[in-house]
Amino acid sequence: MRVLGLDIGSRSVDAVWLADGGDIVDAAIADSGYDPPAAARTFVERGGHDIVVATGYGRHAAREAYGCTAITEIKAYALGASAIFPQAAAVLDIGGQDTKVIALTANGRVADFEMNDKCAAGTGKFLEVMARALGYSLEEMAAASLAAETGLAITSMCTVFAESEVTGLVHRGEDRREISRGLHESIAKRTLSSLARVSAAGPLVFAGGVAKNAAMVELIRAGFKGEVLVPEDAQTVGALGAALSALADIATDATGA
Amino acid sequence: MSEEAVVDYHPMWAELGLDLPTHDALLGAVGQMYGAAFLKQENRPEGMSYLDFVVSEVHGLRIKELHDFRAQGGKVVGTFCLYVPEEMIRAAGAWSVGLCAGAEFGYDEVEKIMPRNTCALIKSFMGFKLTRVCPYIEESDLVVGETTCDGKKKAYELLGELHNVYVLELPQMKRPEDVAFYREELGELQGKVEELTGNAITAESLRTAIKEVNDKRRALQRIAATRAHSPAPISGKDALLATQVAFYDDVPRYTQMMNALADELEQRVADGVGVAPAGAKRILITGTPMALPNWKLHDIIEKSGGIVVGEEMCTGSRYYDALVPEDGETVEEMLEAISAKYMDINCACFTPNQGRIDDILRMAREVNADGIIDYALNFCTPYQMEAFSVDKAAKDAGVPLLKIDTDYSAEDMGQLSTRVEAFLEMI
Repeated sequence: MRVLGLDIGSRSVDAVWLADGGDIVDAAIADSGYDPPAAARTFVERGGHDIVVATGYGRHAAREAYGCTAITEIKAYALGASAIFPQAAAVLDIGGQDTKVIALTANGRVADFEMNDKCAAGTGKFLEVMARALGYSLEEMAAASLAAETGLAITSMCTVFAESEVTGLVHRGEDRREISRGLHESIAKRTLSSLARVSAAGPLVFAGGVAKNAAMVELIRAGFKGEVLVPEDAQTVGALGAALSALADIATDATGA
Repeated sequence: MSEEAVVDYHPMWAELGLDLPTHDALLGAVGQMYGAAFLKQENRPEGMSYLDFVVSEVHGLRIKELHDFRAQGGKVVGTFCLYVPEEMIRAAGAWSVGLCAGAEFGYDEVEKIMPRNTCALIKSFMGFKLTRVCPYIEESDLVVGETTCDGKKKAYELLGELHNVYVLELPQMKRPEDVAFYREELGELQGKVEELTGNAITAESLRTAIKEVNDKRRALQRIAATRAHSPAPISGKDALLATQVAFYDDVPRYTQMMNALADELEQRVADGVGVAPAGAKRILITGTPMALPNWKLHDIIEKSGGIVVGEEMCTGSRYYDALVPEDGETVEEMLEAISAKYMDINCACFTPNQGRIDDILRMAREVNADGIIDYALNFCTPYQMEAFSVDKAAKDAGVPLLKIDTDYSAEDMGQLSTRVEAFLEMI
């Protein structure tokens, strides 16, 4: 029985196909665009699977469209991260519009979690807006941050206010590298305090799209008391977790537990 | 109440001074919310049809009853809080009603006179008053407020400019001198309601009122007890609604109908009939009261596959758990008993407040809860602060707990669903 895991997020739709034993057969990423269900449908129609499990903010819509099972991103990231790193004790997922911190039990289940509320402060979307304000691409902003000597303090974490603040700093002639560094530092600080609130211990798996940002990884590593592990395919960890949950359900059904 | 011809209540609402177009819009919205949250539930107890009817007539037939009662010289007293004893209001021959405070309404008007960062409950009751859409307050000859938090305390000053308001002072601790103080305050309240109605509270009238209100609480206790069984015979939403309606409806009629509902639920328990699938996660909710029509959290939990099996809140166990002793001989003795009973309610406005934490843990055991969701309205400092102690105590006792801070808006529904679903997956 082959399984497709879909993570339908605000910025991207990620897909992972698993074989019976849990081996990854294929993985793919598409932009959510204006119609995330359409992006998801492309993957569903590609075929080669018997079951679909969806996670991400589009999970309920997918459940209605394909009659598939839906699980939360919290569970999906916990499952995916602990499959890649069985020693994981916590997970950090910074996605397009949500940040989640998850503390795991010894057997990889969710012990506690926290997620940002309504606003997008400190998420991938925040970084996109700031990069634009600085005239950088996301990659350039990360590189600039790594090249900076010290960070400039950014006082606002509200996306709209921070954007004005960054624009003001640019107009004042401040070094864009220092501003980039300051922005990354402000996100890291916020994320680290969330990790502290759920008493997350290492090893910590840093997943989600923002884990591809080398500057963020460096700052989380510097501030977290414990090992920080970054999966090679950080962005598809949620989709992997969704697929794994289906395999776990099949195993449970088979044993009648 | 009988279900006969459809009556047009607009003339009555106009007479009350309601803003008719706005009020129509409110009723439309509440009707829609009710349909989506309640009527689509599967396998509901038949006894809920009474509450469906009451809700459909909540601003209609019930208001007509209040209207007629007042036309005959009766007095209506509106309240916002459990610490205003309804026994005393009834004993003076008046009717006690809970006031509108459970929906986001009229905030534009409220924010002209109050800070934006005020809890939803206060903003809501002021919004209902300022936009003239709550017939209950318009039918109230007197509103009895209380000093349970700074926000309400100051809000009653503003409300007092628009309505006849009397404020009962509540102590903040529960030492013997505080209980004695509250007893004195009840004496003041006695004078106030006697003056309003022209009736003295007598030993006989007070004894009758205590018995009637206790009977209402006993019916709610019976309903609550059935929820401890698995599968639960009634949804949390329906049980919450039963408690919410307890603040509005005619007391003897409501008691009779709730006893009939309890009979049905007890039969369901005996037959093993439930409303949630086997294995549905059982949730105890604790925190700030949920005034009608605030059904948001229950709705999210139950649409996510969980079932709410208890509410440690004023629209829940705090309302019906304790009874007033019925053996008092004199008014003096009975007021003493009332003050002792009410001062035993564990509101977060008291310090210290270990009693509330003990209650929560006891309830979690009694209803066989798999987890607790602690609910606080944004800017409701007492409950928001106490959430940390509740969380710690629950975790020490091995019961998972999720803290939720929210308001009456739909803005955070997606985010709340994710958190609630993740909590249900986790436990």
